Amino acid sequence: MLEKGKSYRYGRDVNTDLIIPARYMSTTDPDELASFCMEDIDKNFVKTVRKGDIIVAEENFGNGSSREHAPIAIKASGVQCVIAKFFARIFYRNAINIGLPIFEIPEAVDDIQYGDILEYDIDKGWFKNTRTGREFQAKAFTPEVKEIFDVGGLIPLIKKQLGKA
Amino acid sequence: MNLTEQFLARSAGKSRVSPGDIVTIKPDVMMGNDVTTAVTVRILNESGLDTFADKNKMFIVMSHFVPNKDIKTSEMTQSIRKFVEKHKLPYFFEAGKGGIEHALLPDEGYVVAGDVVVGADSHSCTYGGIHAFAAGIGSTDLAGAWVTGKIWMRVPETIKAAFHGIPKHPWTSAKDFVLHLIKEIGDDGATYQAIEYHGDAIENLTAEGKLTIANMAIEAGAKNAIFPFDKAIEAYEKGRARRPLNPVKVDPKAAFSRSFEWNVEDLEPQVSYPHLPSKAHPISKVMAEKIKVDQVFIGSCTNAKIEDLRIAAKILKGKKLAPWVRGVAIPASQKIYLEAIQEGIVEIFAKAGFAVTGGTCGPCLGGHYGIIGPGEVMLSTSNRNFVGRTGHPKGMTYLCNPAVAAASAVVGYIVDPCEVMGK
Repeated sequence: MLEKGKSYRYGRDVNTDLIIPARYMSTTDPDELASFCMEDIDKNFVKTVRKGDIIVAEENFGNGSSREHAPIAIKASGVQCVIAKFFARIFYRNAINIGLPIFEIPEAVDDIQYGDILEYDIDKGWFKNTRTGREFQAKAFTPEVKEIFDVGGLIPLIKKQLGKA
Repeated sequence: MNLTEQFLARSAGKSRVSPGDIVTIKPDVMMGNDVTTAVTVRILNESGLDTFADKNKMFIVMSHFVPNKDIKTSEMTQSIRKFVEKHKLPYFFEAGKGGIEHALLPDEGYVVAGDVVVGADSHSCTYGGIHAFAAGIGSTDLAGAWVTGKIWMRVPETIKAAFHGIPKHPWTSAKDFVLHLIKEIGDDGATYQAIEYHGDAIENLTAEGKLTIANMAIEAGAKNAIFPFDKAIEAYEKGRARRPLNPVKVDPKAAFSRSFEWNVEDLEPQVSYPHLPSKAHPISKVMAEKIKVDQVFIGSCTNAKIEDLRIAAKILKGKKLAPWVRGVAIPASQKIYLEAIQEGIVEIFAKAGFAVTGGTCGPCLGGHYGIIGPGEVMLSTSNRNFVGRTGHPKGMTYLCNPAVAAASAVVGYIVDPCEVMGK
């Protein structure tokens, strides 16, 4: 499905303490977590983010703590997916496990600036920067990641496997 | 096969694995803390999944925001206590009966040499210090592992890190080895990879020193760190291990993706500047900058084991904190806290002017008990100094070993412990 959204573009090492500081982790409520998302790196994020927008960042996105509150906060804020040069390992697993699409497309990160409007098709991993006209195709997920991604997360997959779906 | 490959092959029931293979492993210990388990419990409650593969492998350690720091946290952790009660889980540790998971579980023999461990906490890589495969995961992965008893892992490439020599500086410690490594390979230098430690300088370390090094593997992005089984680990396990040890042998034909060799003879104590652990500098250079400290924190899963506290106490004995320094000391578990009381360490800390409490992560992650304010400088024995990590986003946290922390608390500036103790 073709969609459109604004880019929130950040640098390298956007760690999970920046995405959601520990001072806000006294709750597991996704909407409450989202209301503090990215606060220490971008005070405008929460004020302006709209459903369908996309976070774009350089290397090592989501490094540091294992807190799943980070991808939960991003997803609940309405962000459709995250594009980075590469992700920290635990964040990568967590995002896929909760059904937040994430893509490693270094050339897209180099092309996209804060505020660029992107056209995209999440299921195909296809993105277009409307400012530059450049198009980008994410590499296919590995089979075990795709299996989780296709059903929307690890819990739906386990329920399916256990016949509890 | 290298050590990580041997552990993953064995747990997956395969004779051989190679980097890039996806394997399904059966962990011996599957652990969460209060913050991550609260999310796991929410996921399980919402999903209706309520049967578990093996309750004896489920561990919940309340460490981050306990004793509950505020009403919201109390409410959040109630869900965990109800969950534990409902499912009659045998391994649940409250504040006062446990501590920080990564100090508690190896020190009290719940994780043993040869184990495969997954933990919903990024510092779960700590257990590699006693010859375990141990990797951090998130809350959904923990829920899945609890329900199925299994989890998939990609077999990582392994970096071989060999340390040689005996440090000339009397206060260089295991922490300085790992800060040096992170500086050399970078904060993302081991992303998706394992780090395997070798060399005579590693063999000379105690098991606690090895745990400190393994603890900070995640600060280089690693999946896990792992040490060969040796006499130090064997001695550590005596009287601790609650299950039989299950070590593997070093394979002389093991392959590594990269190898590093470092000589530590001239390695000084290191201090990592805000806001990355990789910004490590030798103490001689740091001291010349006369960095004034507002708070010194001796604690965390990295450096608040009894060995760490003994080193700090040796320096603090009979001394007082500089008038402007606030001291916070948190022995990493209840057992360590008791040992520190019995050995007179708590008295030394308290007389020096430290606020002392037991068994919580405290200000390491900006939880409670010593949160720093805007513009303040904290010198910390913990593991991470990101923006906002320990409190206000305009606070500045420096990382160091326990000796540097103790000496600097006395002087009020970041100093070489030799300034206080002589050469």
